[in-house]
Formats: sequence, structure tokens, C-alpha cells
Amino acid sequence: MLPIGHYLFLGLALFIIGVIGVVTRRNVIVILMSIELILNAVNINLVAFSRLYGDVAGQVFALFIIADAAAEAAVGLGIIIAFFRNRETVLEDEMDLLKW
Amino acid sequence: MPMHIPFLSALTSYLQGDGAVILPEIELTLFGLGILLIDFTLGVKERYLNAGLALVGTLFSAYTVWKLRVPVAANGSMLGFHESVTVDPFFLFFASLFLAATALVILLSVKFLEIEQEQEGEYYALLLFACVGMMFMASGYDLIVMFLGLETMALSFYVLTGFLRREKRSNEASLKYVLLGAFSSGILAYGFSLLYGLSASTNIDTISEMLGRRNAFVSSLLHHPQPATAQFDPFLLQLLPVLAFVLVAVGLFFKVAAVPFHQWAPDVYEGAPTPVTIFVSVASKTASFALLLRLFLVVFGATQVNWMYLVAGIAVASLTWGNLAALTQTNVKRLLAYSSISHVGYVLLGLVAGNKTAMTGIGYYLLAYIFMTAGAFAILIVLRQKGLIGEELEDLNGLYQRSPSSAVLLLIFMLSLAGIPPTAGFMGKYFIFLSLIETHHPVLAVFAVLYIVPALYYYFRIVVHAWLMAPGEAPRPIMSSAQAVALGVAVFVTLAAGLYPEPFMRLAQYALGR
Repeated sequence: MLPIGHYLFLGLALFIIGVIGVVTRRNVIVILMSIELILNAVNINLVAFSRLYGDVAGQVFALFIIADAAAEAAVGLGIIIAFFRNRETVLEDEMDLLKW
Repeated sequence: MPMHIPFLSALTSYLQGDGAVILPEIELTLFGLGILLIDFTLGVKERYLNAGLALVGTLFSAYTVWKLRVPVAANGSMLGFHESVTVDPFFLFFASLFLAATALVILLSVKFLEIEQEQEGEYYALLLFACVGMMFMASGYDLIVMFLGLETMALSFYVLTGFLRREKRSNEASLKYVLLGAFSSGILAYGFSLLYGLSASTNIDTISEMLGRRNAFVSSLLHHPQPATAQFDPFLLQLLPVLAFVLVAVGLFFKVAAVPFHQWAPDVYEGAPTPVTIFVSVASKTASFALLLRLFLVVFGATQVNWMYLVAGIAVASLTWGNLAALTQTNVKRLLAYSSISHVGYVLLGLVAGNKTAMTGIGYYLLAYIFMTAGAFAILIVLRQKGLIGEELEDLNGLYQRSPSSAVLLLIFMLSLAGIPPTAGFMGKYFIFLSLIETHHPVLAVFAVLYIVPALYYYFRIVVHAWLMAPGEAPRPIMSSAQAVALGVAVFVTLAAGLYPEPFMRLAQYALGR
């Protein structure tokens, strides 16, 4: 079994990649994917800690976060479609009706 | 002899055990599902009946919350589901606030949706589901329950914000909300995962205890020189709880819209349908504060001296930016959004003081905030007529000539928002200032008082437009009876809590004064 540090570094790396993606990308679909990366980083952390302590709560939490990520993706994509129908764009910097 | 029905007896024993703890939420969920079912059978003209059903749901739930106070008074608090959900005075107070806000929003929605031609059952169901999420945020005693409550609320709000799906600004607001909301939830969840890693538990009492033990252990390591063969750096060990705290705090500051994490708030408030704007600004903010208070007071309560400066910085930044940015706004919804950011600053200052007066002040402030903000936005909803949006400052021109009662109500709500006696807003600010002076933070108190000056300027800009400007061609606003009831409740609480604060103060003390 790998020591815990490896998993935590993987989680941290995913988290940082996700945050950078959210901050720098223009396309809202890529931003949504970056958010999914962040949630997966959380899952890796939780499952790694759960294994380390032999405590099941972390895995339960991870399962709930998977469900939550799916719900968030569904709602997010639905809203993007509604937005695209009216505006014909998915670029963040073209969302300028409201001052950003 | 009573008949023995296996399913029924299982149900009653559930409702006497764990079920009793989440009974208010169960009722709201059932009513929400019921609305979704009944909506199919209703004709287009009868859709407003959904609102009535939703209102009955909040009343049922409120009655259950009211009845729960008896066992709570007897035992102090009730825990259920392996100590992951609690019913205590804190929950009862916040649950009543959420239910009141939901009921106000339902009353104000009916005519608004009629005008927008979006009278749908889903809208009312989503309002109830959002309220369920908020109640779990206040009753959660476990990171999992807290996170799920937060997400239940947030997902409902994303959809509600974009409910006018033919409206471009509504689309844009909900898209911005979903992106930044999901991002902040991700940050918060990462913080939660670190908390779990530090304590091997998701129960917040256990986490608090483990963090305390860990701090004592690490500081003992720091004070005794380590052998060179030690495998870890004590400094690094000290850093992890700080990182967890910062991530959790950033996630929560996003949710309450504190500067510098406030960018979503003005856009969402402006673009969302106005009743949803009320719900977001009033209920979502209070629920996020409930979560924030629970986490900061229980999990991080022992280290208050360490994070107090961070919170003070955020509070002063919110006061500064919220008040200054509000000065130049021409859209009333956007103006009130910036003003609500400054109110967040005042509540956070209460958290900096952190004594008993401050806790009473926070409870009082949140209660006052709910009713005065809901009232202020409700005037905009009354103004919304066919052919008139009624969100710009110019749209308020000559309101006194067009509808004297609305103009008087608007004046009362603006006085309360600015913190002028004899209104609820004044008493809320008074407790916060008092607690800052009691805990020897005179500089912060002076800051907080000084920022009332710009606040007076922009609130009275609204009043000047309504009272002194000549009315244009705008039609006379017609108040529906539901709107009148909602405005009546809002103005009653705003004035009563200002003129006779004692019962409201006892309520806040009951909830938070531990």
C-alpha cells in the first residue's frame, strides 16, 4: 500500500489544476469541468483518509459528493443550454449584460 | 383494541425516534413533492393554488418547529441519526427565520409570476426544497449533513435564479451563480476533507476535540527541541489546520458574499426574478451565516484569537466596498445587493467581538435584516406591472403621488436599513457596536459607525426619488392582497423590533446566547 502522502499530493495537484482552470479559462463548459476536478480531488482526499483511519465515514462522504457532482453538472449544463439558446455563446467574457 | 399494522407501527416508532429530529424537513419535502404531483392536474388559470399549498406546507413545518421547543427545553438539545442532526435553540431560531422568509417569498411570488407568465408548480416546489436545505444547514452536526444541506439549497437556487428562461439577464445571472457557487462549494468540500483528515471524524464535536488535542501536541513539539531524526517538521503540522480553516472560511465567505468573494452577488441579485432575489439575499445569506456560526463557534471556537484578525479584515473590506460601490448604482436591486454586502460586514464584526452581547447582536441583526430587506425588495415587486420593470431608480420617481402607502413603507425600510431609530436595523447595529466596545475594539467600532454616513446617502437617494421627484408617465402600482399581507408582516416586525426590542432580544439570546 502506498503511503498516504502520495494520495494527498495527487488530490492537491488536482485541486490546484481545477482552481487554475476555473480562474483562467473562458469557456464555461471547461470551467464546469475544472469544478468537477476539484470535487474529485476532495474524493481522493476523503477516500485516502478513510483508508488510513479504517473509518467508513469518509467513503460515505465521497459517495455523497459524487452524487452532488452529478446533480451540479446536470443543473449547470441545463443552465448553459438555456443561456446558449438566448445568446449563442458559451464564453465567459461575453456574459456582459450584467456588469461582471 | 387497536389494529396492528406492521408498516404503520414501524413508521410511528421512527417518528418518535430519529424521525422526530427531522420532522419539519420531512413535512416540507412531502409538500414540495405534493406540489409537483398536483401541478399536473391544474389548469393554467389554477396554478396559483400551488402557492397556497406551499404556504400550508411552511405553516405545518412552522407548527412542528414550534412544538419541538418543548423537548428542547427539557433536554437542552436532541440528537439523531448517530449524532449527525441536532435540534437545539440555535436550529429552532434559524428554522423559524427560514420558514418566515419562505412564506414571505411565496406571498410575493404569486402576482409576479402571473405578470411574467411563468406560473409553474416547480417554482414553489423548489422554494420548499431550498428551505429544507437551509434547515439542514442549521441543524447539521456533521460535515456530511452540512454539506448536503448547503448543496440542496444551492442547487434549488441556481434553478430559481434562471427561472425566467426567456429572459437573457436571468440566464446570465444563473450561469454566473452556478459557476461561482459550485466553485465555492468545491473549495469548502476540500476544506471539509482536510478537517476529516485531521480528526478521523465528521462529527463536529469530535473534530473540535481532536483539533484541540492536536494543537496541544504540536505546540508541545515546537517548544521542546526535536532530535534530528524526527520524520516531520512541527511547523508543517501546525500549517495543516490553518489551511483547513482558510479553505472552509473562503468557501463560507463566498456563500455569504463577503468582500473579496462577493462578485456574484450584485449580478445574481440584479438578474434573478425579484422574489428569488429576496430569497437569495435574505434566506441564503442567513442560512450560510447559520453554517458559518456553527462551524466557527464549535469547530474553530477555541482558536478565536487567531482567526479574529482575518474576520475583522474581511468585515472592514465588506463594509468599505459594499458602501462605496452602492453610492454609484442606478439599479435599485444592484444597490441593495451592495448594501447587503455591507450588512455582512456588520454581522462579521459581531463575530470578531465574540462575547455574549455580540451573539445576541448577530441573532438580532439577522432577524432584522430578513424582514427589512424582504420589505425593501417587496416594494420593487409591487412596482412591477405589465409594461414596467420598476427596478431602476427613475422608476421610483413620484411614488408618493402614485401610491402613498408604498412610499411610506419604503421610507420605513430604508430608515431601518440605514440603522436609524426607532427601527429594527438600529437595535441590531446598537448591539454590534456595544459588543465591539465591550471587547476593546474601539477602532473597529469607529469604522462601523462612520460607514453609516455613506449608507445614509445612498438609502436616501432612493427615498428622494420616491418622495420628491415628479412622477412621469408611470402607471399607479396596484398592490395585491398577498403582497399587502407580506408587506404588513415585514413592516410590523421592522417597527416592533425597533420600538419594543425586549422579546426579540430574548429570542436572540435563547438561540445564540450560550
